[in-house]
Amino acid sequence: MELLKGIFQYPFEEMANGPAFLLQVLWEGFVAGTLYSLLALGFVLIFKASGVFNFAQGIMVVFAALSLVGFHAAGLPAYVSLFLALAVMGALAWTVERVVLRKLVNQPDLILFMATIGLSYFLIGFGEFIFGGEPKSMITEELGLPTGSSVIDIFDDIVILQHLDIAAALIAAILVIGLALFFSKTRIGRALRAVADDHQAALSVGISLNQIWAIVWFAAGIVALATGIMWGARSDVSFALQIVALKALPVLILGGFTSVPGAIIGGLIVGFSEKLFEVYWGGLLGGGVEGWFAYVVALIFLLFRPQGLFGEKIIERV
Amino acid sequence: MFKKLIFGAVAVAMVSGAQVNNAYAEDTLYLPSLSYRTGPYAGGGVPIANGFSDYMTMLNERDGGIGGVKVVVEECETGYNSQKGVECYESTKSKNALVYNPMSTGITLQLVPKAPVDQIPVFSMGYGLSATAVGEKFPWGFNYPTTYWSQLSAILKYIDSKGGVKGKKIGYIYLDVGYGREPLPLLEKLSKSMGFSIARFPVAGKEMQNQSSHWLNVRKEKPDWMIMWGWGAMNSTAIKEAAKIRFPMDHFIGNWWAGADADLAPVGKIGKGYLAANFSGIGTDFPAIKDIFTHVLDAGKSTQTTDRDQVGDVLYNRAVANAVIVAEAIMAAQKSTGKKVINGADMRLGLETFNLSADRLKELGLEGFMAPIKASCKDHEGGGGIFVQQWNGSAWEKISEPISPETDVIRPLLEEAAAKYIADKPDWKTQTCS
Repeated sequence: MELLKGIFQYPFEEMANGPAFLLQVLWEGFVAGTLYSLLALGFVLIFKASGVFNFAQGIMVVFAALSLVGFHAAGLPAYVSLFLALAVMGALAWTVERVVLRKLVNQPDLILFMATIGLSYFLIGFGEFIFGGEPKSMITEELGLPTGSSVIDIFDDIVILQHLDIAAALIAAILVIGLALFFSKTRIGRALRAVADDHQAALSVGISLNQIWAIVWFAAGIVALATGIMWGARSDVSFALQIVALKALPVLILGGFTSVPGAIIGGLIVGFSEKLFEVYWGGLLGGGVEGWFAYVVALIFLLFRPQGLFGEKIIERV
Repeated sequence: MFKKLIFGAVAVAMVSGAQVNNAYAEDTLYLPSLSYRTGPYAGGGVPIANGFSDYMTMLNERDGGIGGVKVVVEECETGYNSQKGVECYESTKSKNALVYNPMSTGITLQLVPKAPVDQIPVFSMGYGLSATAVGEKFPWGFNYPTTYWSQLSAILKYIDSKGGVKGKKIGYIYLDVGYGREPLPLLEKLSKSMGFSIARFPVAGKEMQNQSSHWLNVRKEKPDWMIMWGWGAMNSTAIKEAAKIRFPMDHFIGNWWAGADADLAPVGKIGKGYLAANFSGIGTDFPAIKDIFTHVLDAGKSTQTTDRDQVGDVLYNRAVANAVIVAEAIMAAQKSTGKKVINGADMRLGLETFNLSADRLKELGLEGFMAPIKASCKDHEGGGGIFVQQWNGSAWEKISEPISPETDVIRPLLEEAAAKYIADKPDWKTQTCS
């Protein structure tokens, strides 16, 4: 009986009795959701172009952030460092296309997936060789990102809004909308969709597969840099950041691997649901449920919509 | 003719290889170093590996080794992964390894049962299985200068001195692995005897940089004090999240693995007031540390310490403390056995007989660097205390005198845990201490 009350009664009473705290939980869910969307977006871009789950996306986040703080530590101004970090991600995209992807055109997806695993381990070793394993501080203030917080007095309690979180949500939104428009309204975007459908057919109508792949990997690199800045500012810049990228998996299952809006909605669903569940129901299971709860939500969705909320339904006739 | 040449070359290579191996074993003191310079926890692993290696290099360069025998430190990368740690152990134990410093509670738990079989002691300095402090039950396990349980007891004693713990709520946020769960049984017991309540906040490894939910729960539970058993990126994230919810920093205390320079550097001013336990000196103002500069760094003998500022950091110095204990135990073993080159069994004896007194610390150029330790057969912990340090926004400051654990409370609990550990191991060898 007490268990049933713990599930169906107490959490809702708690929400009703502490509306300001509920608002805080929802805000944190929203911020986490937008950051998860950003993580997922990097995967979606590459999956759309090549049908490959890019295992290296997590280490790309680390590599981009370490490049940024590395250039700054070498004495360069923050915005020059930012530009150079973007250049590094561009060079990485070009190299990946030249050295890895070009050789694997029209190979099974699994081969490409394995190639990204290899790339991931190469970048871990190369990154540790160049930057060392010690954690670094993100150059938050130098980049002009706001720090501090605003406090809203409401319902006899407070809601704290971190300025950095507000900036993170805004930057994530701008990036997501910008990339969505770029890939839906431009010639390159249409070429991207053609490549995603069929490599050979795209090649036959004159689309440069190599060029598209390099562009998409560069776009994923830009997203990785933005993700690295935001997550790095919340914690530190270290190789542990690559673990955060795993959070994109349930988001992708929810939203679909090929949908930019899906990444946004999926991220928000995961963000809101895991915060609410951890805070109001987590105690029933000893806490620390956030780590697996998103996967449970994704699993439930899988049962009803295997292609995700916005994924393309594939019907194959035999 | 060609085949003969090849055979000859192979034979010569094999014989000379065997000779090299023999020389390696006979003329040196071999210390495997299970380091982790890569992976998510490398931030802590790098200064620890450097401090240990640099101190031994300093002894080689300044004193010609220990007792006239050169020390060989060979690193094996574990990535803070228990499975890789065991692989490192298996691949190095046959090189006459004297002692293993696993640098990870997870790896320690794997090695504790192997130590008596292979006759190589395991020295987990202030971490690992707390029950190995009971020398009668764990002849091959050591955790000088103190255990996690003693540390927790000392932390609670510190909190008690700041307004009492009775009737208070203590929050415990921990990395949800063997290391973070280790003190839980003691925390449960002490909560009953000392009259405080507990709120637990487990942080999964993959969530350590994503703790907003945990700290929302902290805000909900409203603990009076927070204790943290964190490691790696978990620490800086937790302190930033605590600041975010405006938790008072001077009521947030980390254990000695949650109070490194690497943890607070990314936090900066917002972490001002945060507290942490420690048992080794801070800074470079010790003659032995200056010798590391002179004989190792300035002489270009350090293969890994590229950042001179790292010397004197909390974790670097803690690894120096680790190396000091190992070196003292080697000397004690050499003295007891009359042998210059010792083996694992001799080292075990050394770990039970060394005496790192205040005078000896002064002689070593480490006066006040750590609490004196008198090793014994019975007590593999040494009963050492901790002190509390506080982050001033840019550096650590020592703010308390040494705090000793409640030994009369902790010791029976350790003995109970040790007895429980060996209860289902009928072949486990114990020892009798006079």
